[in-house]
Amino acid sequence: MSNVDVLNGGAGSADPLIRLEGLRVSFGRSVDDRRVVDDVSFTLQRGSCLAIVGESGSGKSVTARTLVGLTGRNAKVAFDRFEYDGRDVSGHRDADWRGLRGREIGFVTQDALVSLDQLRPVGKEIDEAPRVHRIGGTKAQRQARVVELLDQVGVPDPEVKARQLPHELSGGQRQRALIASALALDPQLVIADEPTTALDVTVQAQVLELLEETRSRGKALIIISHDLAVVSRMADEVLVMRDGEVVERGIAADVFRNPRHEYTRRLLDAVPSAHSRGARLSPGAPPRVAAVREPSVVEPTAGDDAAPLLEARGLVKRFRGPDGVTRTVVRDVSFELGVGETLGVVGESGSGKSTTARIALALETPEEGEVLLGGEPWSALSERERRPRRNQISVVYQDPLSSFDPRWPIERIVEDSVEPGLRGAARRARVEELLDQVGLPRGFGRRRPLELSGGQRQRVAIARAIAPRPRIIVCDEPVSALDVSIQAQVLDLLGDLRDELGVSYLFISHDLGVVHHLSDRVLVMSQGQAVEHGEADDVLLRPRHEYTKGLVAAVPRLLHEPDREARVAA
Amino acid sequence: MSTASPSFDEAPAGTGGPRRGAVAWAHLRSVPVGVLLSSVVLLLFLVAALVPSLLETHDPFATDLAASLQSPSGSHLFGTDQSGRDVFSRVVHGTGQSLLIGLGSTGVALVIGLVLGIAAGLGGRWTDAGVSRFIDVLFAFPTLFLALLLVAIFGPGITTTIVAVGVGTSPGYARMVRGQFLAVRDAGYVEAARAVGHPPSRIVRQHIFPNAIRPLVAIFTLGVGQSIAFASGLAYLGLGVAPPAPEWGALLDAGRQYVTEAWWLELMPGAAIVLFALAVTVVGRHVQERLEGNVKVRIP
Repeated sequence: MSNVDVLNGGAGSADPLIRLEGLRVSFGRSVDDRRVVDDVSFTLQRGSCLAIVGESGSGKSVTARTLVGLTGRNAKVAFDRFEYDGRDVSGHRDADWRGLRGREIGFVTQDALVSLDQLRPVGKEIDEAPRVHRIGGTKAQRQARVVELLDQVGVPDPEVKARQLPHELSGGQRQRALIASALALDPQLVIADEPTTALDVTVQAQVLELLEETRSRGKALIIISHDLAVVSRMADEVLVMRDGEVVERGIAADVFRNPRHEYTRRLLDAVPSAHSRGARLSPGAPPRVAAVREPSVVEPTAGDDAAPLLEARGLVKRFRGPDGVTRTVVRDVSFELGVGETLGVVGESGSGKSTTARIALALETPEEGEVLLGGEPWSALSERERRPRRNQISVVYQDPLSSFDPRWPIERIVEDSVEPGLRGAARRARVEELLDQVGLPRGFGRRRPLELSGGQRQRVAIARAIAPRPRIIVCDEPVSALDVSIQAQVLDLLGDLRDELGVSYLFISHDLGVVHHLSDRVLVMSQGQAVEHGEADDVLLRPRHEYTKGLVAAVPRLLHEPDREARVAA
Repeated sequence: MSTASPSFDEAPAGTGGPRRGAVAWAHLRSVPVGVLLSSVVLLLFLVAALVPSLLETHDPFATDLAASLQSPSGSHLFGTDQSGRDVFSRVVHGTGQSLLIGLGSTGVALVIGLVLGIAAGLGGRWTDAGVSRFIDVLFAFPTLFLALLLVAIFGPGITTTIVAVGVGTSPGYARMVRGQFLAVRDAGYVEAARAVGHPPSRIVRQHIFPNAIRPLVAIFTLGVGQSIAFASGLAYLGLGVAPPAPEWGALLDAGRQYVTEAWWLELMPGAAIVLFALAVTVVGRHVQERLEGNVKVRIP
């Protein structure tokens, strides 16, 4: 049974850890007040887990920060009732919050690299709360406790790691150190704001297990996340937030199985997976029939039938690090990409998948092996010889903003990639057509990248990529930085363009769901090697290699897969 | 198709901002008071440089031995010097030459800095190593010493002062320009342009040069104030502009022997230098922050 008091103010257990009613937070001066949290209420019992789900701008992080008094100076916070452990904390000032933070409430922030002091050993950071609150006895006792904590959260060699600086730890170890510092004084409540967002799936699984273990010791847990799959396995109760308001709340299993609010349903539909293949992820906008249909770029010439569009043979790439040690980043990777086909490349960070993409784009030269483009040499050519053929293969990056010249408006960014033959009015018309094709409204051309949202920027990047009428588009983590619903729109766009233009994708992602949704075949990379390669369903549903098995097993899935068919019919 | 509501679409960045006039007003209101004050001060200096007769109260060269070494008063705002000349009017008339030295020497420094910095930043590993070592050697000499060396060779005068101060401050610019070009060369949009298939010449012209040069606009304004201070240093040592001219540094030098009896001979021109350097630096820093966001660029 769940011990969560679902109905706000209802007849739950007598003594909740947190009772919050009517929380409102706004920023800015009084005239143009921007309300980011509007009337949020919940109660939280000991030993239970509350998840706050929503996309960026939904107010979920601000809500979490309010609970520890960290909203910042220019925020205006108001509530009808705010009790912590039976005490009224509505009048708390900074100093009062400092008494609670660390001692009774542990706060885990999103980005461990930013949140940890770069110049302070990890052990000192963890010891911060006990030292400040003067709990934990002598220095020696506290040091022993730090090592014990690091050990508990599964950091190997805790004695050594405690003396190291944050950058000497891996990403997962840093995140776990951060959790250790939140747990240092054994707080009653742990609030984790996107605790696994920056992590690889296998590390994410470990971190989630760690949080789960905390809860099983009777502590309360609040998880803030945009990842519905993560939330669906951890939470007892779920709050779905949108634009500062709670649009749906309830027992996690109910919400995921029978979402009542339209928004929750669409969030669930937007999650790409094996089940969503061939289906659209975002509502509305059926596949557009392009107004101006140019003859497809795929004009198979005689030789094309025999040779694949892109072929990599035995690629090897080594880099010399700043310490003078040479590392092999890509070892003996081979693949083929056919016309109109999508090859997904999955792997965790450091697996060499991005380097492989850069070699395919001929932005890096392989030490061994070669890449053939349309059956002809590609990587072996000089840059001068490659340049005229670069229009055949283009790229979409993870971070579109850094790939745009900050001085240029959108139309100039796109125009820069249009084939040089077009001039004057025809060239302008082509830019209009491209912006149209990626679903950007007319008049957006004049804007600068900074004025666009993340999804709009990625649309611009895609417009630029299709501008030279390429046969292949290399997508390097194109949706990793986007919210679920925006990710769904961009994935749908990529799918539409594939049908419309007949392009092939070399699709790099760490997200197995995304790769499975879009790819025909999948290449799994680990430590520079291609460990498994085959049809998407074979590799991701029936993995044979040990590494792939572990990867697939670590992916959190929606516990209650929403029934797409039933809902579409309804 | 499920019942789609349009509000599920992406965050509307396209709701249209406030009107242009309102934006300009809001922009002006957000400018700190110090920056506004500095702008007014700069405007006054500009008037003094272009039409000094508008601000002068006396003929700056008219001597009146009966009224020598008078302390500041209503008739002589900054007092008079040993020949009875009005110090305020001399400071006003010195502005033009001092500003010329400031702008000119910063220009010289920028040109040298650009040539060396671009060679190092875009020239490849060996050129970079060579040029960078050369910049390091220049850096090893104190700025004023480098300038003194040139004055010793070419003799004092306004042209020499401009070149000397320009050369003296150029290593800082060179190193900064190099850093800018190195950073921009590795930017994502440069790689994106390569992937499109643009030749290197076009990429340098279209992306690298304009983006690397942007922060220099602000750095230039900071450099002007600094150069005037350096030039005054030279003049104080008697190696600047020749005595009768009322250049600020020369005024300082001339007043040196009377410093115990007539403090205003040193303080007033000195205050002009400090005020100008301060105003230019405040405005320059503000311009730089506006251009660069919060990126801090080291002043050479």
